[in-house]
Amino acid sequence: MDKFLVFTIVGLSTAAIYAIIASGLVVTYTTTGIFNFAHGATGMLAAFTYWQFTVKFGWSVWLSVVLVLLVLAPLFGMLLDRVIMRGLEGTSEATKLVVSISLLVAMIGLAQWIWEPGKARTVKPFFVGQKIDFGVTTITYHQAITIGVAVLVAIVLRLLLFSTRMGVAMRSVVDDRGLARLNGARTGVVSQFSWAFGTSLAALGGILIVSSAGLSAPVLSLLIVNAYAAAVFGRLRSLPMTFLGAIIIGCADGYLSGYLPAGNPYLPGLRLAAPVILLFIALLAMPNKQLRSHVRTREYFPAPSRRGIVMFTSLVFAFGMVLATTLSKPDLSTYAKIFAVGVVALSLVPLVGFAGQISLCQLSFAGIGAIVMAHLGEGGNPMGLVWAVVICALVGALVALPALRLSGIYLALATAAFAVVLDRWIFNLPNFRLGPVDISLFDQGSVAVKPLQVFGVKLGDPRSQMVVVVVLFVLVALFVMILHRSAFGRRLLAIRDSEAACATFGLNLLWARLSVFMLSAAIAGLGGAVYATQLSAITPTNFDFFSGLPIFMMVVVGGAGYVGGALFAGVGLQGFLPVIVKLWPSFAKFQTITPGLIGISLGKQPSGAAPQFSEGFAELRDDPPVLATMLVGFAGAWALRLAGIYQGWGMVVVMGAVFVGAAIAARSRASKRVPAESEGGDLSVEVPLEWVGVTVPWTAERLADVDRHLNLEEFAADVDEVSGGTREAIHAAP
Amino acid sequence: MPLLEVRSATVKFGGNIALSEVSLVAEPGQVTGLIGPNGAGKTTMFNVISGLQALTSGQVFLDGQDVSRASPTKRARLGLARTFQRLELFTMLSVRDNVRVAADIYRGWSGVKTDPATRVDEILGRVGLSEVADMRVTAVPTGQARLVELARALACAPRVLLLDEPAAGQDDTETERFAGLLRELAGDGVAVVLVEHDVHLVVGVCDVINVLDFGRVLAVGTPEQIQADPAVREAYLGVMVEPS
Repeated sequence: MDKFLVFTIVGLSTAAIYAIIASGLVVTYTTTGIFNFAHGATGMLAAFTYWQFTVKFGWSVWLSVVLVLLVLAPLFGMLLDRVIMRGLEGTSEATKLVVSISLLVAMIGLAQWIWEPGKARTVKPFFVGQKIDFGVTTITYHQAITIGVAVLVAIVLRLLLFSTRMGVAMRSVVDDRGLARLNGARTGVVSQFSWAFGTSLAALGGILIVSSAGLSAPVLSLLIVNAYAAAVFGRLRSLPMTFLGAIIIGCADGYLSGYLPAGNPYLPGLRLAAPVILLFIALLAMPNKQLRSHVRTREYFPAPSRRGIVMFTSLVFAFGMVLATTLSKPDLSTYAKIFAVGVVALSLVPLVGFAGQISLCQLSFAGIGAIVMAHLGEGGNPMGLVWAVVICALVGALVALPALRLSGIYLALATAAFAVVLDRWIFNLPNFRLGPVDISLFDQGSVAVKPLQVFGVKLGDPRSQMVVVVVLFVLVALFVMILHRSAFGRRLLAIRDSEAACATFGLNLLWARLSVFMLSAAIAGLGGAVYATQLSAITPTNFDFFSGLPIFMMVVVGGAGYVGGALFAGVGLQGFLPVIVKLWPSFAKFQTITPGLIGISLGKQPSGAAPQFSEGFAELRDDPPVLATMLVGFAGAWALRLAGIYQGWGMVVVMGAVFVGAAIAARSRASKRVPAESEGGDLSVEVPLEWVGVTVPWTAERLADVDRHLNLEEFAADVDEVSGGTREAIHAAP
Repeated sequence: MPLLEVRSATVKFGGNIALSEVSLVAEPGQVTGLIGPNGAGKTTMFNVISGLQALTSGQVFLDGQDVSRASPTKRARLGLARTFQRLELFTMLSVRDNVRVAADIYRGWSGVKTDPATRVDEILGRVGLSEVADMRVTAVPTGQARLVELARALACAPRVLLLDEPAAGQDDTETERFAGLLRELAGDGVAVVLVEHDVHLVVGVCDVINVLDFGRVLAVGTPEQIQADPAVREAYLGVMVEPS
């Protein structure tokens, strides 16, 4: 009984913290429509700041609490609202998601930049050592304060929402933002207040939890994922249900820590994973959503042309071969990751780009692929790759079947929950038997992976490994591009726009969604397997939830509907950043923040960067003679390098010069051609009538065409007789 | 037995009654009109028939089979197709590919192995979209975009076809041509149900007209009967054309 009470109190104080954080999340989500993945990270920053004030500066606890909760946190919230969140109104859910995930990654990067990880930092609980004695049990002051504060937050929220002007305005914004605005609610002020208030709640939670959870940026940001589970219990809307959810999750945590049998190696992870498992269950209990219809998004991903496919694959292949033949051995190992991560990134193209689904667990599938390669690809047997593909597809189906009823933010949370369960529990399990099958994972540490061996040829040295991943990336990219042009690809693009319409044609939506999820998991598994052969030893941290987020972000930023988006992710994360760090070692500290900052900018260009690249080089692309000359130039620069004429960056400089020269030549040739075409008088160019004057210029031929369609011949002829110039004047008038 | 029968369909959204005991039949070879002022429940009725909106009470029969609880997919496979008033086009695709998606899906479940590409060309020609076939669907004018919806529905070779304001945005010549197409479809034995605001078109093309108002059936009858009905005339306040 005594033990039970102790762990009830432990559970309730944990619950109190989750409730505080989750209610902040609910307040911002309902009033602004943005599910802030970075909410927990805000609490983490607050905890670090609190540590800085109390421990480093030695300021008093009270002063620090007041400064952080009532000054810094609200200011930070308002800043977020002003600078980032306000611009997201009217963008798709995926874009909002990427921006808030980017924010999360950037905040962790920021924290690790300011407060170097690895140093021991501790924060003492409030009133250390003081307890209230109830006879049967005791409760520490810190626990009592935590629980009391949560009750206070509940009361304040209730009063705020139902008895103040601001609260009424907040609730009206929840119901109908546009209508509230028409009725005089200042929605800008409301959202600013919500962000300030929500951020303060996150900070409060962060400060309360830090004494028990410890000061570590990823741990704190992730621990607070548990609070999301509580918010989902309230379906992200209901505050009382959110508090109830928090109590269930907090108490489950308390009792598991008290009653899980010690000494069993399989169970400790279960306690860490329990909140996330509860999150998964809560998500499954969500009501069936209505079929999605009528999604208006600004993204546009046209299928690549045959010529585009050939150009992309051959350019990437050539790029890979140049790298393979010119880089030093250590560099080869570094930059081969471009393509391995690129394959994992490619897995997102059909799923996110074509079908419009969201998955935050692709790197976890890659981890499973890596494990499979380690254990079933013994001695570098390529069958390991095949097994990785098959097993990941099956695991993908297992995740997808329950999760696919969900969409948008809930699907994102469910896949995140899966990834976190793997991180906290499954990946750390010792080997076990499942029926007749022996299952080995990371052997509770790291597992060695042998390089591939094909037909007796061992592809172990960095150079042949590079060639292997390049070939693999090119093949998978080719597959994805062909998929884009296929019936299946068109179907996915159709589902993205209107599930309702697809269903009325008799499409089995569940099967369509399931198959793309399996396909995507299989590609990720393949990427993970080949990545593992490069790493030669793999640990769970290679494949954890947080490491997967930048890949997701960069693909969306690069253009989720294009294989170029995946290449962008690979080059950006594993090529560009390492190069910068090599050139300017002091940049290393920014390395973790950069992807986050890039992601935050997404709202401006939702189709991503790839189409802009492609557009920017359009003149070059459409000018075969110049293009051919440029390629010959590249080949020449490469040949000179192979002949040993120059070393290091010389080739890059020469190639850069050739490229700039070609771009200038193409532009000048294009500008000479333009005058002939820009007339717009050529009626063979099909343009809807109402777009004449907008997409093509007015010309005499166009005018006559419009007249003909409007049956205006006679009228036009009459006018002509009176005065030759009038007709143009009439048409020009509007 | 009519091909499509709705029996006392009732739909409530919270306290609002969108449909109240509405019944409707559609026979093969006929064009059945469904008219009424804005908010009368016409689109809700289509959503109920196609399975996108659950019934509070009532039943829907397709070819004698009770499909009241069947999914939209199941109903489509029984030969039901529809268009949407608020366009549900696949914005990333061309006009041709929009129709092709539907034709491919149809080929998947129907067992009809005719080359979908040929079928798509045929349908595009039939509804008059051949000239804009390769334009991105968002670039064609609304009138033609509605025809894309129709073409997609036709790609599923429907026996029952629900058309939700298909002629909005068309000029007189186009509407005339469209009326001809509707008669042709009915001639092929399709049961066509038409929601339309263009009274000339409805009166000209329909065999039977159902009038809805505030979620209730106001009247059912031939175009002549409907035009003579005093309740209908009142609801429309002189919008109806005079019987000639």
